[in-house]
Amino acid sequence: MLNMAVARIGNCIRATSSLSSTSSSSAMLQAFSAAPHQQKLFLHSSPVLLAAQVPVAKPERRYPVTIIPGDGVGPELMASVRHVFESCGVPVDWNEFFLSEVAYSRSDSVDDVAASIKQTGVCLKGALQSGFEGKDGELATLNMKLRRKLDSFASVAIIKSLEGFKTRHSNIDFVVIREMTEGEYSAIEYETVPGVVECLKIVTRDKSMRIAKFAFDYAVRHNRKRVTAVHKANIMKLSDGLFLECCTKIAELYPRIKFNNMIIDNACMQLVNNPHQMDVMVMPNLYGNIIDNLSSGLVGGAGVVPGESYSHDSVIFEPGARHSYAEAVGKNIANPTAILLAACNMLRHMNLDYHSTIIRDAVYRVIKAGKIRTKDLGGHAKCTDFTKAVIQNIKF
Amino acid sequence: MFRAALTRAAGRAVSFQARDFASAAAGGAAQQPIAIPTAANPRTVTLIPGDGIGPEISASVQQIFTAAGVPLTWEIVDVTPVKGPDGKIGIPQAAIDSVVKHKIGLKGPLATPVGKGHRSLNLAIRKAFDLYANVRPCRSLEGFKTAYDDVDVVTIRENTEGEYSGIEHVIVDGVVQSIKLITREASMRIAEFAFEYAKANGRSKVTAVHKANIMRMSDGLFLQCCRDAAENHPDIKFNEMYLDTVCLNMVQDPSKFDVLCMPNLYGDILSDLCAGLVGGLGVTPSGNIGFEGSAIFESVHGTAPDIAGQDKANPTALLLSAVMMLRHLKLNSYADRIETACFDTIREGVHLTGDLGGKAKCSEFTQDICEKVQKPAKDKKHD
Repeated sequence: MLNMAVARIGNCIRATSSLSSTSSSSAMLQAFSAAPHQQKLFLHSSPVLLAAQVPVAKPERRYPVTIIPGDGVGPELMASVRHVFESCGVPVDWNEFFLSEVAYSRSDSVDDVAASIKQTGVCLKGALQSGFEGKDGELATLNMKLRRKLDSFASVAIIKSLEGFKTRHSNIDFVVIREMTEGEYSAIEYETVPGVVECLKIVTRDKSMRIAKFAFDYAVRHNRKRVTAVHKANIMKLSDGLFLECCTKIAELYPRIKFNNMIIDNACMQLVNNPHQMDVMVMPNLYGNIIDNLSSGLVGGAGVVPGESYSHDSVIFEPGARHSYAEAVGKNIANPTAILLAACNMLRHMNLDYHSTIIRDAVYRVIKAGKIRTKDLGGHAKCTDFTKAVIQNIKF
Repeated sequence: MFRAALTRAAGRAVSFQARDFASAAAGGAAQQPIAIPTAANPRTVTLIPGDGIGPEISASVQQIFTAAGVPLTWEIVDVTPVKGPDGKIGIPQAAIDSVVKHKIGLKGPLATPVGKGHRSLNLAIRKAFDLYANVRPCRSLEGFKTAYDDVDVVTIRENTEGEYSGIEHVIVDGVVQSIKLITREASMRIAEFAFEYAKANGRSKVTAVHKANIMRMSDGLFLQCCRDAAENHPDIKFNEMYLDTVCLNMVQDPSKFDVLCMPNLYGDILSDLCAGLVGGLGVTPSGNIGFEGSAIFESVHGTAPDIAGQDKANPTALLLSAVMMLRHLKLNSYADRIETACFDTIREGVHLTGDLGGKAKCSEFTQDICEKVQKPAKDKKHD
């Protein structure tokens, strides 16, 4: 019980200190005063719900959030989020940036966006599309550049079956953690002689240790029992070997969290056969991209899985599987579930638990009822219909 | 064709332009330089039974082939590592010679050698023949229920370069670079092969799987080669997809896909993923195709030492690999008959092995297939 409260306070401090240093003391007080209340709730709530159910006093100010609608259906989805937020008076001010690689002439600069995110500490971001060729033959994509500027190293995708929506496997609940600053996404490539291209994958001990530690910390904080490192160290003995070695070393520091490792191809096979054995998965960049998407497919697709990317001082909340879904632009058929859930996670991160909970519950309620479903979930509802249904289901 | 023949005559080691190279490779794969075996003129292939359950399932395949009257004779070789004349532990030279001589091999599961630094058979044969393409057809088996029942996908994987080039360095302590190597030659070769395979096997679409939005030069080159090959084969549909999108769609609706063509690592991952969709490696065949019609067909599952020798193993993967081998040798009628018998037996579900949810012995399963295989053969004779 005490542990819970301590963890909760830690959460508050982390969240508020990134917002503003002045309000952290009041947030701490708030957290302390919330602690006795938790005891009452604890009897009939799971620990996860507990954190969300703590009623937060009326927020004392409005919070700035950087928002990047992204490409494809991003703007439509963001409109949905804004609509829902306005409908229940979420005290958030949007700091909007247009960032795009496919329409780079209109795009804001990465520096401005990064500066804004550093200032606000939180960002809600849609998917950025990256083409086969960068501007002036550049190899790094805009996503990579932004991640590097912010040192946004850990991507988390939360894979959870939606109650009321039937998929081939039910009751899936695990987390995919992915290193995002090196590996195959280093954008170092060269053509040695015509027709022969070398592409470098970089793995460093520092970053491998950092992501491994992040994964174990995440497991501890979210009451998870097991961390699985995914790799291909049997073939890439040095690079993936280093990653695995780092994970093993960090695992020794967390004796209460179980640790195992799995080769990437086997991990994929296990995921489609028996996804329930997974809890927290940690892996290098490219494998993360694969597993993120595969796992999203297991629970309903890219439209329903929220994700987040952490650096040491800011968090970007985004869909867990990042697809711009450009072919659906303007058709009003995209599913806003993923971005709404990501936005709820964002609110919780900002200590706006009350708003987070009511919106999340409304989303779950709409999906469970099953009347209004977008095309990807087998329905015919429009994106805006879904948004309206969520708003109607919000219970204060 | 003339050009293909010419380059083939010129030998493998000569370097020539990429396009010639590719057409030679594709020609070699599609058109067997060797005559189709007949009952009067049987062909010898090498059989490597392997370890653990290997001997049982190999015997099962042999039995079924005999029942079907396939015009092949087996040369069985043992690949238990021995000490060579140079003092190094490795695969016996006789085994390698046999495969080199017959060009076609069927291989059971091999235990992963624990000893370090010893040259694996795969590597030895791959070197000898440049087995550049790994082909894995994955098809849902009627009668064996998995979460997915509409899978019919073939993964074609480049086998010689990419992420598995094995070039890695420690730059300074704690910083490792691993080089992914993509060449136009190898990419053209695999792309051409994919289209030739699609054509030869009545498939309608080839999907290039890549990550050219991230690895713009290397995967970009691979993709370009696939596009070039697609232009040479206007009768086969072609599309390109990101690796992540393929994974996402594959677990949602595998029926969208037909033939997938990709570089080494992606192929490794996707082929196992697809195998997972249809029930694991115990029911998925695999073939490695090289120059001049050379090929090794194998079951890629483990040796299952816990049930070895107990007559419990499931020979399906090796049997379907053997069926792939028959198709490769243009013995399609035999291939169809054995494949149908195998699928029928699984669908009827009377004699299923433990891994498929049944209680039958390996020998009962085999017997059932043998009976089915013999039946139409007799009918034909009466005609």
